[in-house]
Amino acid sequence: MTTLTYRQVLHDTLAQEMTRDERVFLMGEEIGVFEGSYKVTKGLLEQFGAKRVKDTPIAEEGFVGAAVGAAMLGLRPVVELMTINFSIVALDMILNHAAKIYYMFGGQTPVPMVIRTPGGGGQQLAATHSQNLEVFFSHIPGLKVVAPATPYDARGLLRSAIRDDDPVLFLENLGVYDVKGEVPDEDFDNDYTIPIGVADIKRNGTDVTLITYSRMVHTALEVAEQLQHEGISCEVVDLRSLRPLDMPTILQSVRKTNRAVIFEHDWRSYGIGAEIAAAIQEEAFDYLDAPVLRVAAAEVPLPYSKPMELAAMPSGEQLVSAIRKTVSKRW
Amino acid sequence: MSSGVDGKTEEVKAAVRGNMEARASRAELLSYFRQMLMIRRFEEKTAEMYKKAKIGGYCHLNLGEEASIVGALSTLDSRDYIYTNYREHGYALARGMAPGAIMAELFGKEDGCSKGRGGSMHLFDNNLHFMGGYGIVGGQLPLATGAGFALTYKGEDGVVIAQMGDGATAIGAFHESLNLAKLWNLPVIFLVINNLYGMGTPVEKSSAVPELYRRARAYDMYAERVDGNDVLAVRDAMQRAVRLAREDKEPSLIELMSFRMKGHSVVDPDRYRTNEEKRYYAEHDPIQAYEEQLIAEGILTPEMIETTEAEIEREVESAVEFAEKSAFPKPEDLFQFMYATSVPNAVLEVKTY
Ligand SMILES: Cc1ncc(C[n+]2csc(CCOP(=O)(O)OP(=O)(O)O)c2C)c(N)n1
Repeated sequence: MTTLTYRQVLHDTLAQEMTRDERVFLMGEEIGVFEGSYKVTKGLLEQFGAKRVKDTPIAEEGFVGAAVGAAMLGLRPVVELMTINFSIVALDMILNHAAKIYYMFGGQTPVPMVIRTPGGGGQQLAATHSQNLEVFFSHIPGLKVVAPATPYDARGLLRSAIRDDDPVLFLENLGVYDVKGEVPDEDFDNDYTIPIGVADIKRNGTDVTLITYSRMVHTALEVAEQLQHEGISCEVVDLRSLRPLDMPTILQSVRKTNRAVIFEHDWRSYGIGAEIAAAIQEEAFDYLDAPVLRVAAAEVPLPYSKPMELAAMPSGEQLVSAIRKTVSKRW
Repeated sequence: MSSGVDGKTEEVKAAVRGNMEARASRAELLSYFRQMLMIRRFEEKTAEMYKKAKIGGYCHLNLGEEASIVGALSTLDSRDYIYTNYREHGYALARGMAPGAIMAELFGKEDGCSKGRGGSMHLFDNNLHFMGGYGIVGGQLPLATGAGFALTYKGEDGVVIAQMGDGATAIGAFHESLNLAKLWNLPVIFLVINNLYGMGTPVEKSSAVPELYRRARAYDMYAERVDGNDVLAVRDAMQRAVRLAREDKEPSLIELMSFRMKGHSVVDPDRYRTNEEKRYYAEHDPIQAYEEQLIAEGILTPEMIETTEAEIEREVESAVEFAEKSAFPKPEDLFQFMYATSVPNAVLEVKTY
């Protein structure tokens, strides 16, 4: 095992997959000469050349669409969108085209492409640059959406995403790039993958299930550790994939702990938490000792000012009080 | 009006016309006639089937655009790819798709070229490199550009046609695609069928530059405007564009001046065009004109026309029979084709209680 940052793991995995498969190429704004806005593609232009590391103009619809067309002809594009906020400009290509082509043409042409993009607030970038739009994409049949939290999962899921024949949205988060974690040494187990659609129990517990993903996994694990001292035992389910969603793992955990709190970075209404809470009450109502609670972002465009931004984002404190309420049995 | 826009005088045109066999072989000339007639009869039958409610949804016909379609596709070979908009039955036929597979798709049947999942706007055939009709205006253009990139990447010498209507040249995807194709030297031919209207809006009201080929000049791209009712003129221009794409990896834009004989779709009562205008189109039927030329040059005889008509009628009839006989896709196959790579935990069933 070695300890690497999430950013380093993404970089290494891209390089490995490009070495392994000639069809894999990278495309995006400023990923070559500039080495990526978040430096994930550092050195890759030098290593693989301009044919395989394509700097694009600022034209998200045009180049995401070009990736769809290239994928239809058998290439495996990995597109970097500078941030998920700019995916909005390319929505037609993602929702109407990448997501629909395999189905609408009767299974004749798969669209094997990956869109990597970071999201999330906390950097004082204000309303248009601080969004979590994973719900938009998770709503759409035909797309696969993954949001790994750890370097280990990022490597396994990026490999699966690149090797998958369907369009996969690979969601990163500005808060995870510097997270460190253990990954197997390259010499030993250098080819593990993590299946898309399978959640992971990041911590075992008996009193309440915390359901979360991406950056919030780390906060949830800290909170779980803290509450352990009070005698509250939290199980932490890391979704890893948002579509397809691993309901069997969620339900199994909730049936064990009888309580659930969902902790998400996106807006609350119509969110991932809304979906999961509804599914839990449909499938596991009899097991519940308390209503399912959701801790999510405040429903405002994210403000610039630091204290305001922090007030709008979901916090560990909010999670703690939701957990306390849930286990208090005072309903 | 649209014809004559290539700027040639009538005498020059007549002189060129007088020498058809110098421009294409007799067999080619006759096959263009046959293909155009096939599209015409197929689309007439399609309108009839729509009125009988055999076909649902939107349905956009190519009536009047046959010379543009046949001329454009005549220059492609099996290495090449085509992406079109939703007005694409004629392109599918000219590319060699079986009329039965198209009609079955229009009927929503399992034997349709997209297995009944796509309908009129979404014909597809991987084997023929017919990469789809697309219902979102301009949606096909970035995809076609990406296909051009893939060919270059793989070192193949195919070219890609990105077909569109005049209305599509206003959308952002058009400009982004032209820019990328020129920037990356992609073998893409942007083929604009200027039938003078996007639904009810005349091109002068939707484009600040109604001479659409001039838009390509902004991207330093080779562009031509051609009489789309003259199959051989279209062929000539497309040969230039194909050579540019295949040999020089240069994209280009070809604007074909055409018209549609009927409304935007089968259900459009076509109130925005004057009777005079519609009469003009009826009198300038490109198939009629081509037929007369072929007869004048002794290439086609009335007997040959009769035989061809009879053959095509039988083909169209059997396409309808094929579509009728084909089964509807089974509702239990609703989730088939959701994923090319299957996933654990995907819910692929209708939730019932
Ligand atoms: C993005 C988008 N906007 C609007 C429409 C509705 N629409 C369908 S066809 C059409 C007109 C397009 O005209 P043109 O590009 O000239 O093609 P033609 O129908 O003449 O082949 C419109 C507005 C659409 N399908 N997609």
